[in-house]
Amino acid sequence: MAADTGQQHPISVYFWIWALLFVFSAASYTVDYIGFQGYMRWALIIIFMMLKAGFIVAIFMHMRWERVALITAILVPPGALLVLVALMAMESDYTWATRILYFGEDPAPVPLPPPSH
Amino acid sequence: MAEATGWRNLQVVDDWAADVEVFRGVPWGKAMMWIFLLSDTFIFTCFLTAYMTVRMTTAEPWPNPSEVFALEAFGVPVPLLLIAIMTFILITSSGTMAMAVNMGYRRRRGPAALLMVITALLGASFVGMQAFEWTKLITDEGVRPWGNPMGAPQFGSTFFMITGFHGLHVSAGVVYLAVVAWRVWRGRYEKQGYDIVEITGLYWHFVDLVWVFIFAFFYLW
Repeated sequence: MAADTGQQHPISVYFWIWALLFVFSAASYTVDYIGFQGYMRWALIIIFMMLKAGFIVAIFMHMRWERVALITAILVPPGALLVLVALMAMESDYTWATRILYFGEDPAPVPLPPPSH
Repeated sequence: MAEATGWRNLQVVDDWAADVEVFRGVPWGKAMMWIFLLSDTFIFTCFLTAYMTVRMTTAEPWPNPSEVFALEAFGVPVPLLLIAIMTFILITSSGTMAMAVNMGYRRRRGPAALLMVITALLGASFVGMQAFEWTKLITDEGVRPWGNPMGAPQFGSTFFMITGFHGLHVSAGVVYLAVVAWRVWRGRYEKQGYDIVEITGLYWHFVDLVWVFIFAFFYLW
C-alpha cells in the first residue's frame, strides 16, 4: 500500500500562484479604490475574477494535472449554470417592468409625451 | 490504453466508455469531494443568480457597497477595508493549505499538520471578521433582511443569504481542517497515504474560490 498516487508538484509553483493571487486581488481592489465606473470597471473586475478563479482551480486544486475524464465531469456541468444566468438576465426587463407596474417607482422616469390634441 | 497516450480526447472517451471505474487513478474520496463541490457550485451559483436578478430588476437604487462597507482607518474612511483584509487572509490560507498538501505527500506529517492548523486559524479569523462586519451592518447601518435605510430592500436579504452561506462553509471547513490535522499529527494516515490532505485542501480552496466570486459580484460590482 502507501502508494501515494496524489498530486506532487514543486513547491515553487504554489508560491508563484500565491503571489499572483495577491497581485490580482490587489488589482481588483484598486479598481474600486480608484473608482472606475461603467464598462471599464466591469471588464476589469471580471478579468481579475476569472484569472483568480482559474489559477485556484487549475493549480491549487490541481485540475490542470487531472485526467480528462475528471476534468470534463466537473467543468462541463456548470455550463448549465451559464444558461440559467443568461435566461434570468434576458427575463430581467420583464421582471423590472412588472415591479414598476405593481410596486415601485421608476428611478429615472421618462416623461410621457404630451397629449396630441 | 498505452496507444491512446497523447490523444487526450481518445483517452477521455475510453475512460467513459469502459465498463470499469471512470476516474482511473483518482482516489474515490477525491472524486466524491469533486462531485460534492460541483453540487455546491450549483447552490452558490443559484444564490448569485438570484442576486443578479434582483439587482437587475429592483425598482429602488442599490446601496453602494463601496460606501456601505467602508471602515474608518486613522480618521479616513477607506472603502472595503475589512473586505480587502478578509480577501487576503483567505488567499493566504489557501497558500498554507497548498503547502500542507505538498508536505503530506512528502510524508512530513508534522509540518503538514501544523500548516493545516495555521490554515484553520486563518479561516477562524475570517469568520470572526465576518461576524464583526455583520454586527456593524445590523447595529450601525440598520440593514435587515427585509429592508435598510440606503435603498433596495433586497440588499440585506441577498447579502445575509450569500455571505452567511459562505461563512457557514468556512466554519465547517475550520472544523474539518482541525479534525484532519489532528489525525495527520497522530499518524493515522501513515499506511493509507496522504490523499486525505489533498481532499481536505480541495474543499478549502473551493471556499476561497467562492469568495472570489462573492468579492467580485457583491462587493465590487
